[in-house]
Amino acid sequence: MARATRLEYRNVTMRFADTAGRGVTAVAGVSLAIADAEVVALIGPSGCGKSTLLNIGAGLYAPTDGAAFVDGERVEGPNAHVAFMLQKDLLLPWRTVAENVMLGAEIHGQPRSQRRRRAHELLDGFGLGEFAGRYPHQLSGGMRQRAALARTLAVEPSVLLLDEPFSAVDAQTRMVLQRDLARTLTRAGKTALLITHDLFEAVTLSDRVLVMSARPGRILEEMTIDLPEREDPLARRRDPRVNDYVARLMDRLQIGEDTLEPQAIGGGA
Amino acid sequence: MSARPRLPPGAAASVALLVVFLAAWEWGPGLLRIPSYIIPSLSEVAREAVRMWQVSHVLMHTGVTAGEVLAGFALGSLLGAFIGYLLGMSPATEVALSPYILALQIAPKVAFAPLFILWMGYSVYPKILVAVLIVFFPVMVNVLTAIRTVDPDLINLARSFKATRAQIFWKIEFPASIPALFAGLRIGATLAVVGVVVGEFVGGNLGLGFLLTFGEGQANTPMVFVSIVLLTLIGGIAYLGVVLTEQRVLHYLPGRNANRRVG
Repeated sequence: MARATRLEYRNVTMRFADTAGRGVTAVAGVSLAIADAEVVALIGPSGCGKSTLLNIGAGLYAPTDGAAFVDGERVEGPNAHVAFMLQKDLLLPWRTVAENVMLGAEIHGQPRSQRRRRAHELLDGFGLGEFAGRYPHQLSGGMRQRAALARTLAVEPSVLLLDEPFSAVDAQTRMVLQRDLARTLTRAGKTALLITHDLFEAVTLSDRVLVMSARPGRILEEMTIDLPEREDPLARRRDPRVNDYVARLMDRLQIGEDTLEPQAIGGGA
Repeated sequence: MSARPRLPPGAAASVALLVVFLAAWEWGPGLLRIPSYIIPSLSEVAREAVRMWQVSHVLMHTGVTAGEVLAGFALGSLLGAFIGYLLGMSPATEVALSPYILALQIAPKVAFAPLFILWMGYSVYPKILVAVLIVFFPVMVNVLTAIRTVDPDLINLARSFKATRAQIFWKIEFPASIPALFAGLRIGATLAVVGVVVGEFVGGNLGLGFLLTFGEGQANTPMVFVSIVLLTLIGGIAYLGVVLTEQRVLHYLPGRNANRRVG
């Protein structure tokens, strides 16, 4: 069952100039390939360049070396096959929830009736149908993040880039949102790269986990998650084998061993 | 307290304060033996207002000043917003122009009034021009700051949808700047009155600023007071107009309308 590669990074290196004008290498020679309908989680210490990889995949940054490819095509800029979602919901406060969901389709110039129908379908699917006409501030954090997911899906991307999408919501809401995301990804057969700090999230939501090193970020290890029910992370969470995977990831990230080591400055950039 | 849920706390005290103020104005000067050419009582000012209504064309002068304020405010706001958006979208232009804009901002705008009178004569135009100049800066600075502080992730979101530069402006940057634009307009609405009055002080025989200096020249203190009250009224109406428009436009922000249902 060799599936087509959807998203690929070939030898990607990214250097930035820091505030003092020196070059900082955020990621160094990263290569990875994600197959069609596969969900891959990317974990690593803060500032290891995870978000940089995501921005390169979305076509927002051009890498210093190497390239990203979507469906075999080199990413030269933002493209319609890729959509991203961040920790911040980025809902526009002056638009209703439905209008926010339609933003991408509106920019693409899709006819109004068509994009409205699609927005309402998605909102109904996420249990937000009755909130379509509300403004973002009238929604809870979990509902806002769900609306952001609907907006990401509304442009019908084949690849989703998710940067800690649920790290700002409370633990219970997060589990529900993780289930919604997993179901959506599985049913729609979407390919996803999920950046997370939550090791349980990485293990329960993905087919494969990639571990990155501290800056300059490299891929240290690849771990295939050989568990059933990727569409139901709540069921997976009850599986005792999840703990084994998480324990292995903790060892690999040396969590608890050198907690006093100063973290790289600059957050996720 | 719960008997009158509609009134915010302190509203009754505010009305009481007004009554005390008006009473003090009416009887205070007499009790303290302050001559009426220093502080005329409320009833003297009211009598003067009636006299001015009958013989001094006060309505016409008020209309002229209000028209100048409106024109100056509208033109100054449009210009300020336009330049603010232009500079906000072009950092290079901003770097090139910022020292000159700063110099013009520091210069006391009302000091230009005599110059404008020299250029344009005793017409309404120099007054409008002073108001334009004085309204321009708070609007421009607010818009510029708002454009520069738009969350870059919002811009990236639009970019990821392949938005054009114009789409990013109209769908993200412009709506994001509206609250700051209105903050600038509020300041501008009150400053426009200052600009116009100073223009009227300097030259011409029209407007409340002229009536004010005319009253001063005749040692007619009640006339000065009437003019000040009318000028305050014009400024207040302009400010209220901005606030009401703002509430309509920014209806999506939480806490704008107290009676909004949140669910």
